[in-house]
Amino acid sequence: MSAYTNDTPASYPVLPGHSSRGRLERVLRSGRFALTAELNPPDSADPEETYRRALVLSQVCDAVNATDASGANCHMSSLGICALLTRAGYSTVMQISCRDRNRIAIQGDVLAAAAMGVHSILCLSGDGVEVGDQPNAKPVFDLDCMSLLKTIRTMRDESCFLSGRKITEAPELFIGAAANPFAPPYEWRPQRLAKKIAAGAQFVQTQYCFDVPILERYMERVRHLGLDERCFILVGVGPLASARGARWMRSKVPGVHIPDATISRLEGAKDQRLEGKNICIELIQRISEIKGVAGVHVMAYRQEELVSEIIRASGVLKTRGSRRPLQRSTEGKE
Amino acid sequence: MYVVRLWATRRAGALEAVYTVFLRIFQALDPLWRRIGHGRLEKPVAALEAWFKGALFDCRMCGHCILVATGMTCPMNCPKSLRNGPCGGVRPDGTCEVEPDMRCVWVEAWAGSRRMGDGEAIMKFQGPVDHRHQGSSSWLRLSREKMLAATAANGGEGRE
Repeated sequence: MSAYTNDTPASYPVLPGHSSRGRLERVLRSGRFALTAELNPPDSADPEETYRRALVLSQVCDAVNATDASGANCHMSSLGICALLTRAGYSTVMQISCRDRNRIAIQGDVLAAAAMGVHSILCLSGDGVEVGDQPNAKPVFDLDCMSLLKTIRTMRDESCFLSGRKITEAPELFIGAAANPFAPPYEWRPQRLAKKIAAGAQFVQTQYCFDVPILERYMERVRHLGLDERCFILVGVGPLASARGARWMRSKVPGVHIPDATISRLEGAKDQRLEGKNICIELIQRISEIKGVAGVHVMAYRQEELVSEIIRASGVLKTRGSRRPLQRSTEGKE
Repeated sequence: MYVVRLWATRRAGALEAVYTVFLRIFQALDPLWRRIGHGRLEKPVAALEAWFKGALFDCRMCGHCILVATGMTCPMNCPKSLRNGPCGGVRPDGTCEVEPDMRCVWVEAWAGSRRMGDGEAIMKFQGPVDHRHQGSSSWLRLSREKMLAATAANGGEGRE
C-alpha cells in the first residue's frame, strides 16, 4: 500500500478559531483557493481500488469526499472508505445522507469517524431511494440535512447527543452542507443557505455548475446577505463525456441543470470528450474569479485521472495563495 | 386530495388567518379540555384533526404540526419528509425529484409563505420529529404545551 499522506498529523493542535485540525479547514481559513474531489466508492471488498483512486486525487486536492451511496446506489460505505483513507493519512470529507440511517446510527457514525481521524463531514438529505438501484428499499429520512447539521454541531459544541447524554470527548469537526443554486425555488436558495449556516454549516459544496450566470446571480445575493463571510463556498464542477451523456444526466440525475448551449457546444465538437474536459477547465477558471467563491469541488464518476488533469490544466493550483487576501475572519464556529 | 392541497396553498394567506384564530380559541379553551381530560379527548380530537387537516392539506398526522410555518403546506407529503426546505433535486419545472407528477412540496410551501402574514416563519429551524407522536393530535399537544409554558414561569423560556 503506497499512500500520499496529506492530512494534518494528529499531533498538530487545533488552531485558534478552528473547529478541526483538518487540512481542508486550514486551507480555507488561510484564504487559499481550496480543491476537493469526489471519490466514488468501489463495488468491491478490495481496499486497493480505493487507495489507487485516492492517490490520484490526493495529489491535486485538499480533501477527498467519500460519498454515501450517492444516487441511492449501493457501494462501499462512506464510513468504510474513510476508515481506509484516514488509516493511510488522507484528508477526507465524510458524506452522511439521511436516507439510510436513523439518528441513533448517524450519531454513532459521527463519533466513529472523528475517532478515526475524519475532520470534515458533509451533511446531506440524500437522493430518494427511487432513483437508485434498489428502489424497493425503505427510505429512512429520520433527520433532514438541517437537523443533521444541528445534531453534529451539538455533539461538537455541547459535547452531548441529541438526548442530552454527555459525550466525554467531543468530536472536533469542520461541518459542511450541500447547496443547489440551480434548482427552484431560485429566490429562496440564498436564504436556505443562510438557514444551513445558522444550523451549523461552515462550508458548502454545491451541485454541478454548468451555468455561470445563474451562479453569479446566486453569489450576488449570497454576498449581499454576507453569507460568504460566514461560510466557505466550494462550487461543484465536473466534465461531461458527450452530448448524449449530458442529456442523460440532465434528465436522470436529480438537481442537475445543463444549459442547451453547453449541449450544442458538445455536439458541434469533433472530440466530445475533449470538449467536455475543456468546458470543465473553463468553468473552474471562471468560477474561481467570482467573489465569495472559496474553492471548487470536482465530481467525475470513477474518472480520477481526468479530474487530476482538469485541476492541473485549470491553473488554480499555481495561483492559489495569491488570489485571495489572507485576513479572512477566523472567528470560527458561529 | 392533491387538488385541494394546492388550492389551500394558493389561499395560504386567508387560511393562515382562520387557522391561527382557530388555534388560539382552541388553546384558550385548554382549562375545559383539562377538565374533560386530555387523555379522554385524544382519540376523538385526533380523529377530527386527521379528518379536517387530511381533507385540506393531506395531513399525515406527524403530531408536530408546523403548517403555519410552511405556507400552509404539509411538509410530511415530501417523500423525504424534509421539514426545513427543499432538497437539491427539485426539477426545473418545480416538480418533485421522486414523484414527477407532484409539485415539490417546498416550492409550494415557499409560494404559500409569500402570501402569508408571517412570511418569515418558514426560515425558522424545525427540529427532528418525535416519532412517538405519530397519529396523535397536535392541537391538543400545542394547547397543553402553551398552557404549561404559560404557567411554568411568566416570561419563562418556551420551546425553541
